[in-house]
Amino acid sequence: MLSRVANSIYWLGRYLERAENYARFIDVNFNLMLDLPPGMKAQWEPLVFATGDQENYIKKNEGFDKKQVIYFLTLDRENPNSILSSITYARENSRIVRENLSKETWEKINELYHYVNNASERKIWDKKDPRSFFDNIKNQIQLLYGLTDSTVARTEGWYFRQLGMYLERADKTSRILDVKYHMLLPSPQEVGSPLDFLHWMALLKSVTAFNTYRRMYGTISASKVLEFLIFNRRFPRSIYFCLKEAEDCLHMITESSTNEFKNSAEKEIGALRSKLGFSDISDIIDQGLHESIDDLQQKINIISREIELNFFQLKPSVSPQNQEQE
Amino acid sequence: MDLSNYDCAGLFDEMFDENGSCRDHYKTFEKLLKKTGPKKLKQLQFSANKTQLAMGMTFNVYHNEQGLEKILHLDIIPRIIANQEWLQLEAGLRQRIKALNLFIQDIYNEQEILNDGVVPRDLIENSKDFLKPCIGITPPKGIWCHITGTDLIRDNSGEYFVLEDNLRCPSGVSYMLESREIIKRAFPDLINKAGVMPVSNYPTRLLQMLQHLSNKEKPVVGVLTPGIYNSAYFEHSYLALQMGAELVTGEDLIVKDKKVYMQTTKGFEPIDVLYRRIDDTFLDPLVFNPDSMLGIPGIFEAYKAGNIALANAPGTGVADDKAVYAYVPDIIKYYLNEAPILNNVPTYLCRKPDERQYVLDHIEELVVKETNAAGGYGMLIGPKSGPEEHEKFRELIKKNPNNYIAQPTLSLSTVPTLTDEGLESRHVDLRPYVLYGEEIEAVPGALSRVALKKGSLVVNSSQGGGSKDTWVLY
Repeated sequence: MLSRVANSIYWLGRYLERAENYARFIDVNFNLMLDLPPGMKAQWEPLVFATGDQENYIKKNEGFDKKQVIYFLTLDRENPNSILSSITYARENSRIVRENLSKETWEKINELYHYVNNASERKIWDKKDPRSFFDNIKNQIQLLYGLTDSTVARTEGWYFRQLGMYLERADKTSRILDVKYHMLLPSPQEVGSPLDFLHWMALLKSVTAFNTYRRMYGTISASKVLEFLIFNRRFPRSIYFCLKEAEDCLHMITESSTNEFKNSAEKEIGALRSKLGFSDISDIIDQGLHESIDDLQQKINIISREIELNFFQLKPSVSPQNQEQE
Repeated sequence: MDLSNYDCAGLFDEMFDENGSCRDHYKTFEKLLKKTGPKKLKQLQFSANKTQLAMGMTFNVYHNEQGLEKILHLDIIPRIIANQEWLQLEAGLRQRIKALNLFIQDIYNEQEILNDGVVPRDLIENSKDFLKPCIGITPPKGIWCHITGTDLIRDNSGEYFVLEDNLRCPSGVSYMLESREIIKRAFPDLINKAGVMPVSNYPTRLLQMLQHLSNKEKPVVGVLTPGIYNSAYFEHSYLALQMGAELVTGEDLIVKDKKVYMQTTKGFEPIDVLYRRIDDTFLDPLVFNPDSMLGIPGIFEAYKAGNIALANAPGTGVADDKAVYAYVPDIIKYYLNEAPILNNVPTYLCRKPDERQYVLDHIEELVVKETNAAGGYGMLIGPKSGPEEHEKFRELIKKNPNNYIAQPTLSLSTVPTLTDEGLESRHVDLRPYVLYGEEIEAVPGALSRVALKKGSLVVNSSQGGGSKDTWVLY
């Protein structure tokens, strides 16, 4: 497969997943703010920090007003990671590789783009309750995943898209955990309070993990939620699960066994996945949650760069797409 | 549908003769038209439009963040060509392209035609399309113009004239193929009943022709596109898909040791033949335009070494210059010793004193064109412009006679076309596609461009032109 084509498909996977996760972030924060006790100020700031785009945000905005934050994360074309930007890139990428996608996939992405683009005209960020918009984005992307699952052949292109999707998801799950880190409690005594629980519940809901968590762990506790979202072997949005899937995709692409590595991308992802596989929540807490998460995100960025070097960038003049988030 | 009010305005109509009776090869279609109500026709037209949009048969008008994409209007009433007429056309095209190919080979090598003074040497050597780096080159199998899309028109007497040879990168063939698919849905039984020759094997023939250019048993073939912002990107991606060839951009290719490779996820893989849809001078920044971002540094050396075949070969542009065009009848005579089967539109070369004088005296009746401009730029339509314009062009011609040619204003034949007012006559041209591989062959079909505005002779899509499916009958 042409490197340029593989590159486009890989980023198509990443951009779609990114857009979906942003929709989840906002939806959940919205719900959370509705549940706040009277007198508590709504917090939108943590969302901006979790995406890592705070510098870009601060340059153009004063304060963290709900509408401003929603606009920035959703429809701001100057934010390269906003939902609209991600969907636009996803569409451009699928146009480039149209001959490699199923007809339905292209048409669905096209439709999604027009839907989001129109929202810009409808001033969706100005609406009192924009939740249905974010629901629709989630649903349409889930529909796309379903469509590709049943129409796209499992050839190289498929694995590149899955690889992009899982790496992006691992990164985004880590960022959702980081939202909690940035979410301030009124006082240290509030740790373990109902408000704290509310935060953790919202976090679980944002990744559709609440019910699964309840069945597996029962009561809500910070360390268990963290363990679930970082280490769980079976939940498809846990960081470990995503990394394992991404690793398998890489080995499908190079047709090699997961017991060995054929290139630096496989080496990096294998190392990270095994490190997680042989750690538990106490290791995270010892290192500090925010620090561990930062570390993880940096390693994911390194993996992505190695993928670029090994598969997309054989000749030096090529300028690859680069939208990793700091 | 009642056809008795159809008015051909005294012009040559493809469907009706001068007495208003239907020509033989349109009879089957006429029968169907008479049975079909205007409402039904409108419905068919509506669903044809929708299909086109869903298929993504769009071209880019310009690009901005929103990326405006438009469809080329496809009129559902076909343009039909009788078999006998087609055979004549095909023979004419074959002859013309054979001669032009010999001509290009000659001027880049022995230059016999220039030495014999049949075509003036300065006309060729001063042409910006005469590419010096191509001197001394014989491309694989001696073929220069692999794909040609000749533009033809029919005058009031019904005779065909060649208007332009288009030897560089003619586009539009995807419309010929996709239009047929859409029209098949609109008139499913009729295609069969009328006996329409299929065009659908064009991609196969194109692939065979391209493979023929390499000596390898299983050559790797690619379509080289400038990218998604090119107005014909749909066609590039469509042809690659239909041929099962790689769609590549300059970024995907690299030259090492005079060999061309594609950059794939498994490393560098060789490529042997390129159907290139980027202009000659953008191909290789080391040889031509140094600013070209689309090109592949070193590809020309690889081409010269015979390691990559390019279709069309670089350098063909010199033969479709408007001044060289005037010499094509002489070129045919010189190389083939035959009389041209297809005629040129009579052309006055302002470089010749007597013809220049004629042009200066009759400028208000003539169309004046710049020799190396395309797309209607630098043009004067005498009957449609005022004395000031006439005077301006007289001065331009006197100052730089070599740069101008003139032709009489010709009418174009008409075909019934679906309009808001029912079926009306509209002007059409004809662009058949000719492939030069093991032999020269024209696909039995064409792109017929139609001027949708009443009375207009401008068929360009950018100026209100549409297209028609073109049926060649068995």
